[in-house]
Amino acid sequence: MKALSQRRRHPMAAIALLLLGLLVTGGLYAVASTANEAKAETTYSASDIAEGEKLFVANCATCHGMGASGTDDGPSLVGVGAASVDFQVGTGRMPLQMSGPQAMEKPNQFTEEQTAQLSAYVASLGAGPGIPDEEYLEHEGLEAEEIAEGGEIFRVNCAMCHNAAAAGGALTRGKFAPGLADVSEKHIYEAMATGPQNMPVFNDANITPEDKKKVIGFLKTIESQGSPGGADLGSLGPVSEGLFIWVAGLGAVIGFTVWLTSRSS
Amino acid sequence: MSSTSTTATYQPATKVGRITDFVDSRVGGSSMVKEFGRKIFPDHWTFMFGEVALYSFVILLLSGTFLTFFFDPSMAETHYDGSYVPLKGVEMSVAYASSLDISFDIRGGLFMRQVHHWSALLFVAAVSVHMLRVFFTGAFRRPRELNWVVGGVLLILAMAAGFTGYSLPDDLLSGNGLRIIDGVIKSVPVVGTYISFFLFGGEFPGTDIIGRLYVLHILLIPAIILLMIAIHLFMVVVHKHTQYPGPGRTNDNVVGFPVGPVYAAKAGGFFFIVFGIIAFISAAFTINPIWNYGPYDPSPVSAGTQPDWYIGWVDGALRLMPGWLGSFPFEWEIPFPWGTNTLSLNVLLPALVPAGIVFTLLFTWPWIERWITKDNREHHLLDRPRNAPGRTAVGVAGVVFYCVMWAAASSDLIATHFSVSLNDVTYWLRVLFFLGPVLGFIITRRIALALQRKDREIALHGRETGRIVRLPHGEYIEVHEPLDDYKLYKLVSYDAPMTVPAEADRNGHISKSEKRRAMISRFLFEDRVAPVTPAELEEAHSHGHQDQLATDADNAAVVEKH
Repeated sequence: MKALSQRRRHPMAAIALLLLGLLVTGGLYAVASTANEAKAETTYSASDIAEGEKLFVANCATCHGMGASGTDDGPSLVGVGAASVDFQVGTGRMPLQMSGPQAMEKPNQFTEEQTAQLSAYVASLGAGPGIPDEEYLEHEGLEAEEIAEGGEIFRVNCAMCHNAAAAGGALTRGKFAPGLADVSEKHIYEAMATGPQNMPVFNDANITPEDKKKVIGFLKTIESQGSPGGADLGSLGPVSEGLFIWVAGLGAVIGFTVWLTSRSS
Repeated sequence: MSSTSTTATYQPATKVGRITDFVDSRVGGSSMVKEFGRKIFPDHWTFMFGEVALYSFVILLLSGTFLTFFFDPSMAETHYDGSYVPLKGVEMSVAYASSLDISFDIRGGLFMRQVHHWSALLFVAAVSVHMLRVFFTGAFRRPRELNWVVGGVLLILAMAAGFTGYSLPDDLLSGNGLRIIDGVIKSVPVVGTYISFFLFGGEFPGTDIIGRLYVLHILLIPAIILLMIAIHLFMVVVHKHTQYPGPGRTNDNVVGFPVGPVYAAKAGGFFFIVFGIIAFISAAFTINPIWNYGPYDPSPVSAGTQPDWYIGWVDGALRLMPGWLGSFPFEWEIPFPWGTNTLSLNVLLPALVPAGIVFTLLFTWPWIERWITKDNREHHLLDRPRNAPGRTAVGVAGVVFYCVMWAAASSDLIATHFSVSLNDVTYWLRVLFFLGPVLGFIITRRIALALQRKDREIALHGRETGRIVRLPHGEYIEVHEPLDDYKLYKLVSYDAPMTVPAEADRNGHISKSEKRRAMISRFLFEDRVAPVTPAELEEAHSHGHQDQLATDADNAAVVEKH
């Protein structure tokens, strides 16, 4: 310890410390990011990749560039992984319909096979999150407690943008977090893993695949159970309730007051 | 048998009669019935909003009593073990768990919760509409100024009752609301932190607040509301009800129907109509689905978090306030000998100033108007809003001011539902916050004056029938149909306030405030449409209705205005 304390004022001490810090951070990041790497090592055939490249050149390269290396109009797709392509193309967000605050959902432009081929091609360019295993999407067997845990994870991580009832919400400058009803299990998983648009990435170190499955289970439970108290008015909270009482509630009351006073005068 | 002196000689013949007489001679009920039963009330649909508020309050008391049987306002921690699956085993407060039990495990509980919440929304809405009716018809004028103030107090109490109740389930949504209130309290300079710690029994959220709000919500606030309602109704009886102008209706009478039997029946029936509407809504539409929001935990905040509608405008003001104006910060750190104090004007100003302006003007308006018009007479006849363009314009300016803030509270939903940028919504509403009331004032006054001019036209020249007649000498005219006397009366019998110029006091001196008053009076009443005088009416009619030429009408209008 004495040697260390004597050398702490050495001219190289700061540099050594910096190096050490960088090494530790980098090493930790490497460990952490491998945790995020695709679990599903689906092997794509060479023909899938070749077909995918053809589709990519014809439909995507205008913005994303040849070899998906990116242009001024679109980011590089090297290393985004198959999950990202499957989500963006599978929900119709890509190819982009028009420039705007964010890519909008629209009818799917490609068949499932073509989507898989595109995914195969992009996945072949660099490692990234893969398409999730079926076991993380099959939420039917979850216990009530696990679904409730998924709800807690959802409220802590997702509800600030997507709303506690998953009805969606506004972000800045025209961007928004969409409502999550009718989104497939696979796409929910892929969105968490890849963080499309303005969504942050919730990698496997952050929310484990098992926890992602619980979140999916929670979302599907509240979607399928309906609204226990009657029509949910869009699950938008007090604004739609206030609007309803002023328009429908007071409207009905006024109708009756007019009726009650119309006979006598 | 109306007084006790006659009961001594009165001999009831039947058994029921004997019992009734026994009670009446001790309670004096018949004289009360005689007094109140013959009380006359005028009939108009706009007079019924106060009644709606009263009935909603009765429904609130009934449904609220049911809820107290099952609600436990404890903030002790527990794990949910009820039948709602997506919350199974989640750690939460006993208050939230018992609210969930009311919703899912107590027969009829969810319905009663929804009845309670929907009628709370209707209660405040009915109070508000009732006050708007009173304001725009001038019903607050002498002798009813104090009752107007009592009404204002009731509005504030209704909001307080609503807010304390909204927080009780201890769900995420209401917890976020409480956190905002905590932030507002803490923004009060110097004492804010102390008040917050006192209120929450330590650092927010603590374990005391739900119990304290519960006592306020079920005991103190409803008791004061009941007292205020009693005072309110007592004053209505003392002052008698106002009425709209009409043939036979004067400042000294009330034309309408007696309480017994007409209004007693109508009002009783109307109570059940209101109850029916609320019950139907509660059965078919969910309100405050607390199970969606989860238990309160200071870390998560859900998108689309808003308070109930009556607190929305204050929330909106907070949303509109910028933290910086260019490079000018609204948050200052002020060094004191004992340390640094933070002055958060970006919270303090929007939370207190707009509400302060609205409520100050609301409470003092009867006196402001009396000061401007120097009109200290008793008014039992109401104004049609168009016949008081200045007051109506001020009222609409206030409504616009309120509604801009109200809209701001749902800025995120406006952005998502109309596909516009949230930032743009905020910028536009900031502009409207200042410009909206001014535009509202100008446009409303012009519309009111135009409507008065239209009334004047119709009173003098009758209704345009659209029937074109060619006269023998080739001229075309449109036939005007004269009004019947009842409709005519409505159009001609009103007071149009005039500019009252500055008057000198006894020493011949005109004070500054008097000059200011005269300025406001000129500003409000300079443009004025005079009521039709009998002479004008006589003259117009002597033309003969058939011969009204367009040019005549135009000339008349020009002459009338200047």
